[in-house]
Amino acid sequence: MASARGGARDAVGGVVPAEVVAPATAEEVAEVLRSTGGSVVPVGAGTKTGWAARPASCDVLLRTTGLDRIVAHEPGDLVVVAEAGVTLRALQRRLAGHGQMLALDPPEEGATLGGIVGANASGPRRLRYGTVRDLLIGVAVVRADGTLARSGGKVVKNVAGYDLGKLYTGAHGGLGVVVSTVWRLHPLPRAAGAVSLPVTDPAQAGRLAGLVARSALTPTAVELRFAPGGGELVLLFESIEASVRAQSAQARALLGGGSELPTVPGWFGRRPEGPLVLRLAYEPAALAAVLAALPEGASGTASACTGVAYAAVDAGTDLGALRAALAPYDGSAVVLAAPEPLDAAAHWGPVADSFGLMTRVKDQFDPARRLSPGRLLGGL
Amino acid sequence: MSQHLAQAEAPGGRAPRALRLAERLRALIGADRVLTDPAQVRTYECDGLATFRVRPAVVVLAGSRDDVVETVRMCAREGVPFVARGSGTGLSGGAMPVADGVLIVLSRLREIVSVDPDNARVVAEPGVVNLWVTREAAPYGQAYAPDPSSQQVCSIGGNVAENAGGAHCLKYGFTVNHVTGAEVVLPDGEVVHLGGTAPEHPGLDLLGAFVGSEGTLGVATRVTVRTIQAPETVRTMLVGFRSVADAAGTVSDTIAAGILPAAIEMMDALAIEAAEAAVRCGYPDGAVAVLVIELDGPRSEVDEQFRQVEEIAGGRGAFETRIARDDAERALMWRGRKSAFAAVGRISPAYYVQDGVIPRTRLPEVLAAIGRLADDAGVRVANVFHAGDGNLHPLILFDDTVPGAAGKAEELGFAILDLCVDLGGSITGEHGVGVEKRSRMARQFTEADLDTMQLVRCAFDPAGLANPGKLFPTPRLCGERPGARTARDAHDPALGEVF
Repeated sequence: MASARGGARDAVGGVVPAEVVAPATAEEVAEVLRSTGGSVVPVGAGTKTGWAARPASCDVLLRTTGLDRIVAHEPGDLVVVAEAGVTLRALQRRLAGHGQMLALDPPEEGATLGGIVGANASGPRRLRYGTVRDLLIGVAVVRADGTLARSGGKVVKNVAGYDLGKLYTGAHGGLGVVVSTVWRLHPLPRAAGAVSLPVTDPAQAGRLAGLVARSALTPTAVELRFAPGGGELVLLFESIEASVRAQSAQARALLGGGSELPTVPGWFGRRPEGPLVLRLAYEPAALAAVLAALPEGASGTASACTGVAYAAVDAGTDLGALRAALAPYDGSAVVLAAPEPLDAAAHWGPVADSFGLMTRVKDQFDPARRLSPGRLLGGL
Repeated sequence: MSQHLAQAEAPGGRAPRALRLAERLRALIGADRVLTDPAQVRTYECDGLATFRVRPAVVVLAGSRDDVVETVRMCAREGVPFVARGSGTGLSGGAMPVADGVLIVLSRLREIVSVDPDNARVVAEPGVVNLWVTREAAPYGQAYAPDPSSQQVCSIGGNVAENAGGAHCLKYGFTVNHVTGAEVVLPDGEVVHLGGTAPEHPGLDLLGAFVGSEGTLGVATRVTVRTIQAPETVRTMLVGFRSVADAAGTVSDTIAAGILPAAIEMMDALAIEAAEAAVRCGYPDGAVAVLVIELDGPRSEVDEQFRQVEEIAGGRGAFETRIARDDAERALMWRGRKSAFAAVGRISPAYYVQDGVIPRTRLPEVLAAIGRLADDAGVRVANVFHAGDGNLHPLILFDDTVPGAAGKAEELGFAILDLCVDLGGSITGEHGVGVEKRSRMARQFTEADLDTMQLVRCAFDPAGLANPGKLFPTPRLCGERPGARTARDAHDPALGEVF
């Protein structure tokens, strides 16, 4: 197994690991976990290490990029089995040959399936297809004690046992190292088209998104770009040609204007860049209020109609005040990138009344608290 | 089943601890809400799987959320097990009571707390009937997508416990994909809020683990669900085939053409015969298999794909294709399918239904194998299933007055489940493991897999009081730490065979 001393380039949240390992099999992952009593931080390609709080310690950085086999693809069943280190791009390339796709579109270049699960990353098409929790139908993890355990399976419809894939999603490796994944697939759409409309202020953006949400239109994504000078709303339709054309026309009538684009603009689906980048979640109809609550100068994108947005804000932003302003909308603001690594409270925000239960779950899976220690909500 | 029945029966004595608890509950929440009279509690001795019966020591007819909280707290304090029950339509014995425990009946908690069309959320108490949610949302052009066949009676709380599916989950997903939040009384009596109205929340997705946990992790007292916009158009066709292989081929070809119907349901000759006798649904004469195929969405998309599906079916030898011209005709097409279980009751004194799932491409070979197993056992099997997602519902017919017939039916059911597991499928697609299939869990999962699930159970319910004896093949004390098992110990040696 590849192993090396950690350097500055391997740092997670500013913490330099003593050792970096890159196992190639689940057995090797288990060996790593059994052979050290120290802290282990699992990562994939490392494209989203800023999405969790800085680790309390990192003796071993465990890269899952060596687990890179697409194990099985059953086109007729619309199911694929792939190891955690397979990149989304490589998987999509393979599936496209069969006219299929994994309906996840987080933009991070080079991201692995395991990393996408761990960070619960999604993109614009979540409006139609949902997120990791809706598409991951089976998962295998190696637990802190080296135990290999699966849940779910290879069929989409399956209620046998607890669905642990949901727990591992967004857990940043804190409950175990995801080594293999099974996904529900979708057919690649035959045709695509977009409708674009300039927007001037949050209230207008909210009103237009509400119109679309309450219509019978079936866009795969409704993305808003917002910036101090105004923004743009883009509806993406992906279906058969006739439906894309008909729905684009209906959308323009509904919105009272807009132009049809053959393809989405360059900003579509990209994360905003800035000193401090936040992932916001809130009640879908609160879009206008959420945009209005952002500090002056904020820019970013919102997956309108879903209740999720990504915002770049000033480094000096008072996160506590922003979180308080979002609270009436069941809102949250989680840090994705910051000039300096943050502790868990600043990174994730306050804990909810389920935190005691969350702590007990963590302690059952990782009693010594050595997997991604301190990275999760509340410093778990 | 008869042997299971014997095992599940209450031991002779009445549970003194639970009865003492009943006295205190009467003082706390009202005497009329707490039943201990054997004749009264008998009403609740089973759910939709009537072959498993246990008379509970105490039944609490919860009238409010606080009644639930108080009851669970008292059970926790006294170490008395409890089982939550919604409408009792479950088909795996998930709501079967515990003899020395409390059954908490939630069907009186039936308030729809709020309907918020702009956020596409409905907040409901657990006893609210599934169909009521759609009824409340309908004036706003919205609907609640999960539609189990029992949707006119089954409850939202029960749907959450079982992660209920339905015919339309092929396109729209299951209960877990449509629940965004729940207020939960944990087995120690603590009340927590999992998820909420926003689409996601920082921290572990405890809600995702809770949905489908079959009442073993706590009791939901309030549920927030997501509603969907009703589609612009719905089109339904009924197609008759002379062979099961042709019907299955039509399903495969449709999926391969990149079409995702709202539902594709299949019935075989015996199921058609039963439905015809019961509800006169007018299915095509001489059909060996029928498909009910429904497409919904924007008219421009549905019309073209509907034509495509007609062509596909024609190419697969469909001898009769009927297209519903209006809602009444659509309802008739669905009536045959949705009443199939009850209809089978008319052609057989008793039946037993299974819920296995297979990869949909294996449908023809699995049906042939089920036919062989049935012939070998000398038992008739009617097949009704969600063909689009490979979820089988073999209805095993037997005469419950014949000694040993029930046991033989159960044996055949388990042989079919083994077949599903061997083909990479699952023992249950929507009915849950419950008490009935828990022994089969060890067939589908390794001991390490099950131990890992138990970790969640131990976090939520270390005392093991919530719905004990369900889901897991063997109970485990939460103090125990099982010896570390490694990748090598799991019975699939190579990672490639992990799934």
